[in-house]
Amino acid sequence: MTAAPSTSRRHWRSVVLSVLAAAVVFVLAWKAVVIVGGYPVFILPAPEVVAGRFVTAWADGTMAPHAFATLSEIVVGFVVGATLAVVVGYLLARSPLAERLLSPYLVAAQATPILAIAPLLVLWLGTGLLPKVVICALIVFFPVAVSTMVGIRSIDRRLLELGRSLRATRWQVFRHLELPAAMPQILGGMRVGVTLAVIGAIVGEWAGADRGLGVLVNLARGSLFDFPLMFATLLTIALIAIVLYLLVVLVERALVGSWR
Amino acid sequence: MDEARSTEDRSLAAINVEKVTRSFTVDGRSVLVLDQVTFDVPSHGISAVLGPNGSGKSTLLRLISGLLEPDSGRITIDDQPVADADQRVGLVFQEPRLLPWRTAIDNVAFPLQLAGVGESERHERARALLDLVGVGAFSAAYPHQLSGGMRQRVAIARALARDPQILLLDEPFSALDALTRERFNGELLELWQRTGTAIVLVTHSISEAIYIADEVVVLSKGPGRVVARVPVPLGRPRNPDVRESEAFSRAAATIRAFLSGTPAELAEEEAAGAPIRDVLERAGAPAFFDPFRGAP
Repeated sequence: MTAAPSTSRRHWRSVVLSVLAAAVVFVLAWKAVVIVGGYPVFILPAPEVVAGRFVTAWADGTMAPHAFATLSEIVVGFVVGATLAVVVGYLLARSPLAERLLSPYLVAAQATPILAIAPLLVLWLGTGLLPKVVICALIVFFPVAVSTMVGIRSIDRRLLELGRSLRATRWQVFRHLELPAAMPQILGGMRVGVTLAVIGAIVGEWAGADRGLGVLVNLARGSLFDFPLMFATLLTIALIAIVLYLLVVLVERALVGSWR
Repeated sequence: MDEARSTEDRSLAAINVEKVTRSFTVDGRSVLVLDQVTFDVPSHGISAVLGPNGSGKSTLLRLISGLLEPDSGRITIDDQPVADADQRVGLVFQEPRLLPWRTAIDNVAFPLQLAGVGESERHERARALLDLVGVGAFSAAYPHQLSGGMRQRVAIARALARDPQILLLDEPFSALDALTRERFNGELLELWQRTGTAIVLVTHSISEAIYIADEVVVLSKGPGRVVARVPVPLGRPRNPDVRESEAFSRAAATIRAFLSGTPAELAEEEAAGAPIRDVLERAGAPAFFDPFRGAP
């Protein structure tokens, strides 16, 4: 933060260079596997084929509506799930009764494969946005709730005593002491949660949907036999996940980067 | 204590601690920490509370600040009984206890923010306080960017934020090296002259106690009882040379004699005071969904 501009520019150049280098190695290895193995396009299309299909799918408007649908499911599901998780995580940390009552269901919900629940949710809630949001929220919930609870519980008691000596209200203790103290852990949980939300959205779409990247993967593989499109869709999913993850990291830097 | 004396004291005494007794329950048995402790501090006076580990010094400060209640006895500030978390008191803990996510100025402004003081006003006040304790140049720094001494200065500024009548300091300089510590002692006296608060300083150090206080209250090892109240025959303002004076060494010898019943500064951390501190410093066990975890 306090580094001189030239230093930070050099830092960024080295970051970009190393990311590019890793990408080049990855693509070359992929290409080598295709050449050496002599795989047909329906097993493993070459990287340049996928790249070409990626560009055309975005250019001709095939990809965008599906990507937008999936992105909205992820974002809404993540926000709903993470918000609820912070509230419940706080309750679990501060109320032994809540922990006793809720924890079996939380563990059970987490342990039950989301793949098995997804078709049920679609059956109950239809094929629209709602079931995907619920699935994303469910899958995001657990890691964020756990990290919130751990974060709140591990707050330094001495800071709480400070709050008491200053007559902080219950809300002030939460807002100014517990929440900021737990923020690093909460954001760590959200890093995990956001990538899981991407999986949740795709699983939800497989269980029943007419739009979304999960739908497009199925279409490309099952009825269009357009395997480069399928890989281009996977690439889009991966890119969405990376961008969302980086967004959480940016939020983390903004919120806790300067004091840690 | 008869009626006449207490009325006479009334106009003078800022803090009145009268026969205060307090015990804690540790592992199911009751441990007496403070036993019939009595002393007073006149308004704008400074008292040092000196005693070995486990003499209940920190507990005494928590009682005066209203964080704890005595089992019996009475504590008044300007004749009003101490309220729960009394706001007439500014408390400086042994560690700075700054909020790591707040800059120095926001840490000092924190008590004012909790009290609902507007942003510009509380920043103005916090800035003045940081200047007062000599860290005005570091107002935008986070605690991890400050040295131990600077953090403790920020903590003192924070304790002064709500303009307390009384400043309670719990071994505030114990983590500093000897030279810094002596400098801080001098600065504390300057601060005291400028703010007009009464001060109770809990300390391990005989020379610190004498240098700063008008009266040194010597406590015995647990349970803490007042062994002696030793007046310090030194004028004010005091400068560091006073440490070399005859009167200073005589006071030190007197206090050491009162303490000699207990191996004062080398006392091992155990007995009454220790378990209480443990409870406070123990961070919550971060166990999740763990029915086998013992009750807290």
